[in-house]
Amino acid sequence: MSEPVSALQGAIFEGLVKVEEAGPCGMITLRGDLASTQVKTAATGVAGVDFPGQGEANCAGDKGLCWMSPDEILVLCPYDQAGAGVAAIDKLLAGTHYLATNVSDARARFVVSGLDAREVLAKLTPADMSPAGFAPGRFRRTRLAQVPAAFWMRDEHMFEVICFRSVAQYVFDILTAAATPGSEVGFF
Amino acid sequence: MLILHCPYCGVDADETELSPGGEAHLKRAGPGTPDDAFERYLFHRENPKGVHFERWRHASGCGKWFHAARCTVTMEVFGTYPAQVTEPPQEICDRITGKRPGWSWGAFS
Repeated sequence: MSEPVSALQGAIFEGLVKVEEAGPCGMITLRGDLASTQVKTAATGVAGVDFPGQGEANCAGDKGLCWMSPDEILVLCPYDQAGAGVAAIDKLLAGTHYLATNVSDARARFVVSGLDAREVLAKLTPADMSPAGFAPGRFRRTRLAQVPAAFWMRDEHMFEVICFRSVAQYVFDILTAAATPGSEVGFF
Repeated sequence: MLILHCPYCGVDADETELSPGGEAHLKRAGPGTPDDAFERYLFHRENPKGVHFERWRHASGCGKWFHAARCTVTMEVFGTYPAQVTEPPQEICDRITGKRPGWSWGAFS
């Protein structure tokens, strides 16, 4: 079998914060009625974490669930388990109205870590990045400069950022530009 | 800069996160309608100085369409509401009446 190749093959930048392309990660888009117990069970069955509420992310290790929209949930899992995850969802939801797709190769994932991680993202997104406006457990789909992206916090100083694979280099470049040493603002 | 509350994902979204969708509550003039009605549907738009109803899409966010009621003069936002309606909810109309007595927009007032 061919080896998975992530968008930037683990590119790393160290400046104000550390920006790291996080390598292959399993992602399954599950669309359906999120109020339905069946859909919830299918998602939690693959991810092994509690079902998140509106605008939340529940992540544990390399598994997790992220609330994307009122009818879409993102299931995170190890890269090599995504196919089996889709199969498990298909089996559980057969006959109901839903859609499950393995989108692992369609996206890129970055880890932004360091004391100024909030500040680096605040330079790029219109979202409220203050500690009161965004905290671990929250999930936000928004834009970074000119492209759509989403992020959540693993802890107080570590963000995970996902974007489309086609704009991975762009997102890496703007993150590194925002993290250029000497460009700190010190707002938060 | 507009900040609209997305009724679907609960986010207060900045204008740069949204795509404008033009006038709200247009009713399509379908096959068999007279030319003047079709022309009205296709080309004639409200262009008010004051209360206005628009469609917006939370493009960089949850991707959903929704409606917004705002004032084109002061940029005051009276409220946002889901897309699955053909007229503004009473609650929004009441709020506008409280702030702009005697307002009217298209067939609504």
